[in-house]
Amino acid sequence: MSVQAPVKQTTERQVSTPYQRRMYMRRRIVSMFHMTMAHLVTLLGVAMLAWILWSLFGEGFSAISVKLFTEMTPPPGSDGGLLNAIVGSLMMVGIATILGIPVGLFVGTYLAEYGRYSKISSVVRFINDILLSAPSILIGLFVYELVVVPMGHFSGYAGAIALAVIALPVVVRTSEDMLLLVPDSLREAAAALGIPRWRIIMQVSYRAAGPGLMTGALLAVARISGETAPLLFTSLNNQFWSANLNKPMANLPVVIFNFAMSPYDDWRSLAWAGALLITLAVLGLTIAARTLLAAKSRMKG
Amino acid sequence: MSVKQFRPAFDRGFHNLTFGLAMFVLVLLVAILAFLVVGSIPVLKNQGLGFFISAEWNPVTDVYGALPAIIQTLITAVIALLIGVPVSFGIAIFLTELAPAWIARPVGVAIEMLAAIPSIIYGMWGLFVFAPTFGTVIQRWVMANLAPLPVIGPLFASPPMGIGIFTASIILAIMIVPFITAMMRDVFTTVPAVLKESAYGLGCTRWEVVYRIVLPYCRAGTVGAVMLGLGRALGETMAVTFVIGNSHRLTASIMGPGATISSSIANEFVEADSKLHTSALVTLGLTLFVITFIVLAVARLFLLRLKKQAGH
Amino acid sequence: MLTTFKKSILGGAALLMAAGVFASAQATEISGAGATFPYPVYAKWAEAYEAKTGVKMNYQSIGSGGGIKQIKASTVDFGASDAPLTKEELDEAGLVQWPMIMGGVVPVVNIKGIKGGDVKLSGQVLADIYLGKITKWDDKAIADLNPDLKLPSEAISVVERSDGSGTTFNFTNYLAAVSPEWKDSIGVNKSVQWPVGVGGKGNEGVASYTKQIDGSIGYVEYAYALQNDLAYTQMQNKDGEFVSPTAGSFAAAAANADWANAPGYYLILGNQPGAKSWPITAASFILVHKSQDNAETAKEVLKFFDWSFKNGSDIADKLDYVAMPENVVDMVEKTWTADVKGSDGKKIW
Repeated sequence: MSVQAPVKQTTERQVSTPYQRRMYMRRRIVSMFHMTMAHLVTLLGVAMLAWILWSLFGEGFSAISVKLFTEMTPPPGSDGGLLNAIVGSLMMVGIATILGIPVGLFVGTYLAEYGRYSKISSVVRFINDILLSAPSILIGLFVYELVVVPMGHFSGYAGAIALAVIALPVVVRTSEDMLLLVPDSLREAAAALGIPRWRIIMQVSYRAAGPGLMTGALLAVARISGETAPLLFTSLNNQFWSANLNKPMANLPVVIFNFAMSPYDDWRSLAWAGALLITLAVLGLTIAARTLLAAKSRMKG
Repeated sequence: MSVKQFRPAFDRGFHNLTFGLAMFVLVLLVAILAFLVVGSIPVLKNQGLGFFISAEWNPVTDVYGALPAIIQTLITAVIALLIGVPVSFGIAIFLTELAPAWIARPVGVAIEMLAAIPSIIYGMWGLFVFAPTFGTVIQRWVMANLAPLPVIGPLFASPPMGIGIFTASIILAIMIVPFITAMMRDVFTTVPAVLKESAYGLGCTRWEVVYRIVLPYCRAGTVGAVMLGLGRALGETMAVTFVIGNSHRLTASIMGPGATISSSIANEFVEADSKLHTSALVTLGLTLFVITFIVLAVARLFLLRLKKQAGH
Repeated sequence: MLTTFKKSILGGAALLMAAGVFASAQATEISGAGATFPYPVYAKWAEAYEAKTGVKMNYQSIGSGGGIKQIKASTVDFGASDAPLTKEELDEAGLVQWPMIMGGVVPVVNIKGIKGGDVKLSGQVLADIYLGKITKWDDKAIADLNPDLKLPSEAISVVERSDGSGTTFNFTNYLAAVSPEWKDSIGVNKSVQWPVGVGGKGNEGVASYTKQIDGSIGYVEYAYALQNDLAYTQMQNKDGEFVSPTAGSFAAAAANADWANAPGYYLILGNQPGAKSWPITAASFILVHKSQDNAETAKEVLKFFDWSFKNGSDIADKLDYVAMPENVVDMVEKTWTADVKGSDGKKIW
């Protein structure tokens, strides 16, 4: 934006021969065309978001009531809400967060602090990127074989583990990126004071990168809170109140999936309401993450 | 134990902890790969490499061929890129070159929000809201005006139901735009202002500055962004499953129904009770891993080049 | 910043653990998974049963194949499938199977000006449409069945299920029963290689495609046809009569079913005799292990189904399903007594 001033000069340039004038007009028209397109596609992007939110509100808002938060998922034709699914999702996402985020943070720490230039680190980085774009349904199948079959039943634990495996690479990626943004001069200054490495990491790097790390964690939570496919084979789902992690556990995405594809109007509107809830929660988290980052850049600025 | 002894021990411990967890990530992927390889042995034993080039997918006779799924996975991803990349590029230019800060920030956040919407919601929205609109408004027109054309006509021939490869590609495009835009915006801001200012000083128009200064400067990073978008488009499951029409047939029409690797797995895995069917789906998963691996490797190479450029 | 981050994580952990401890002291829970088709009625039964007994029966629709796979892997207390296993398959896996609920698969069409029940089709014509041999609505074969109806000269768009499904199993089973060509070239399965048409995911996918495409024909479970106001067709049954899909015509088909002579209850209700029988009637089955490690849970499972057999038919009616007739229920319960045993060999029922 600092480069806007010279543009004015351009338009005021002296143009002499008709040929040059024509050429100049053509260049300006080409430029204007592209810039108009840039405006238009931006408008298109924002319009898409608006359209999606509009449909979610339009279809889901009517089903939003107190019951949604106080009653269990109903069979068709009965009154009900999404309480068990909301609680189940919160618990599994919570445990996945507790499992996945510290591990991811420490791996990111290794990549950014201890092993920044080592060969093995670039291998880990690459592997992590593959995990990042692995289809989540495969992760679900993997956890099914690893946890559900040996345990002999579906469980909230298995669901949480699958979600943790999906959250892990997101956290690794963001925490490494954020830690690398911390200037080395800070670390060197601390090292010069004779502070051991682990304390430098804890007290200098983590502190400086704090909001960024938090953003990464929030992005990971946002990613896993809408995952359906991996839960289908791990936590299954539950029609009833299900706070026991050792049993099949209700969760929002699978409920949305089942209800959206049903012929019953009351189920479908619950599905839309659930979709609206997840979207609002995830958008809220994203905005929180953005605000934290913005606060950080202001602090720096 | 004295403090002096304690410190290095703890430091080593922390180092080892982080290293150990990094190795855990390696082990995790190796375990997943091993799981996929073991699972794909039955069908590969039964059908050999013909699995990858056969177009027959018949659960009744237990014959499986991955070709339609592989091709249509690539087609949806490529169309998604053809739509998504110019859009992302335009938005990135708007955010970095055109918009004043008070517009750029909220617009940037809005675009990023598109990335935060869970994929099942894209699927629902795609099936119940987007596809009917697309089918009645756009596809009817396409059918009437493009399908009768010679040569390219068959590409567009299909009943106007709003469901198919092209719809899936559009939904994918909407999903990858925020990713690519965010990365492009970040690399575009690395262009030194002095370069752009000198170009403006020479009388370049805004487009010329973007096309001849910004883009060449960010070439590697831009390609990296596109590749990451491609990786994401290849693996997307739920959203595609809802809107692609799920048919294991090779068709000339991009408007017609198709199936991607991940939509096939999502559609059929729970119902696959024969050993070969299950194995065929796991092998599809393995194939997708290999494709992703290649795409990421290419992206890495370009990003490395960017780093080298930045180093100079 | 980081300390609040840590604190919130620790706080969350403590809360979740508390919830876990609290939850472990809970009432009996049994779990089942499988076919999508009976999911609404099982969910409704479970609600009523829980209100009465406090026992929670959690059923999840993961698909028939999934149900079979999961009961074989013993990850659930019972499995459910729309496609029955043969006696040999049952013995090999050590399973017992019985029919639990019935319903119908219904062809639906979308032609301008055509209402539910207007179009009459025979099994042969339906098979030829799905084989791609009949491609226009004014084809002679269709016109012969509908002399009073003027059908447009419009292309038929065939809609089918793309995902594996018990509905497809029952539909293709019927087509194979009436058309030798279908039997030889396509076959019967939960998913098949369709010669023509577009595939929707789930009944809902088929219903919404059919609604959107002019001149289309699809097949869905009865409840979807009703709830989505789709125009169903009349079908010619084995006795040559044209019947409409209703709970009555499903029950008529079921009444003629000879369960007593079906080993392991392997019986498919498609193309049953009887003047009033709907030809594409389908039953959904429950699967449990013969030898039960946990006799108490097994008993709870059987108690639930016993209750549903005896008290669930009103609920089934309301959701457009057909309950099993009494004589079949008696048979099934005798099978329980004879075949379902604890691991110590003791009777459970």
